[in-house]
Amino acid sequence: MFETIAKGWEEFATKFTWMAWTWETAIFFSFIASALVILTLLAVYRPETPRRGILGFPTTRGDRFFVTMLGAAYIHILWIGFGGGELWFALGISGLFGIAMFIFA
Amino acid sequence: MIEKPINNRAWLLVLPVLAFVLFSALLPMMTVVNYSLQDSMGANNFFWNGDAWFRDVLNPSTDIGARFFDALGRNLSFSFAALLIEVPLGIAIALCLPRGGWAVGPCLVLIALPMLIPWNVVGTIWQIFARADIGLFGAAVNGLGIPYNDTQNPVSAWITIVIIDVWHWTPLVILLSYAGLRAIPDAFYQAARIDAASRWAVFVNIELPKLQKVLVIAVLLRFMQTFMIYTEPFVVTGGGPGSATTFLSIDLVKIALGQVDLGNAAAMSLIYNLITITLCWIFYTIMTQLDRRRDA
Repeated sequence: MFETIAKGWEEFATKFTWMAWTWETAIFFSFIASALVILTLLAVYRPETPRRGILGFPTTRGDRFFVTMLGAAYIHILWIGFGGGELWFALGISGLFGIAMFIFA
Repeated sequence: MIEKPINNRAWLLVLPVLAFVLFSALLPMMTVVNYSLQDSMGANNFFWNGDAWFRDVLNPSTDIGARFFDALGRNLSFSFAALLIEVPLGIAIALCLPRGGWAVGPCLVLIALPMLIPWNVVGTIWQIFARADIGLFGAAVNGLGIPYNDTQNPVSAWITIVIIDVWHWTPLVILLSYAGLRAIPDAFYQAARIDAASRWAVFVNIELPKLQKVLVIAVLLRFMQTFMIYTEPFVVTGGGPGSATTFLSIDLVKIALGQVDLGNAAAMSLIYNLITITLCWIFYTIMTQLDRRRDA
């Protein structure tokens, strides 16, 4: 029983070797997927009204998350573009940016 | 207590679309992210490469970085040139169209015709049309004594690509502006006549402000489409002469499929994609905000 499941999983997994998964990218996408699930659940069980912050237009939690991800991408690109070192610093700045977005946007 | 007649089961009907998007967009997108962080020697063997591809692409002193920033510059200048011509021209033509009567229908159909032609057909038409030896346009321009050759002269190539886009997509701006102009109530024009306002004053103080919303749509749509340009230069100039019309999308195909340089191509396409996503988001936000303000 357990063996057939393991074999079936292996067969399934070999179908996706062309995607060249790594655990780093898997963590990245799991983070986005779980964030989307959490945001959906929050929208269902804790509905909110959009509020207007420093961005000048009404934002929901989803909007703030999207702006955070977009901003994080640009922060990383600028960090690399200006020859910054370890990407952990860029990640830290992105985290601060995200917190700022969720508080002020 | 009365049960509310709310049923969200209709959302299940969206599932086929989700499955389609998963296989047509999400899985390929995830693969590109995976490729952008690894190096491959073929045969599905991948090695972790960290952020090295991104560092190359974002550094203008490397070969690939220079190509990326040059192509990005070309994309931006092309979008700017196309918008600079198409928007004023579209408004001007919309102002000249008849306001009513039998002529409206034929005029609008004639104007809309170029938009119905697929990109690669437009490219093929212009490839022959612009030829310096047998093409009507190319031969005529040369016959006037102006040197023109879209396969050898970068300036000619650029002019050709911009003219193609203007020919193909100014109708969109015209139709949007025309719809916006028709939506202005006659009372505004009557008030202007009472004040003896000049034609220019009517345009600046009545028509242009009333056109603002459709112009935002037109500018953003045209910017996004011109920024993603691929088919016209691919068919007409092949990205040349040299690399004069090698836009980002064309360079991407060259790197990914021509040189099979998956890591660099993946990093480059992710940055390109990020710019497009940002533009789409700005477009979407402005549109929804304008709608909300109109409703309010």
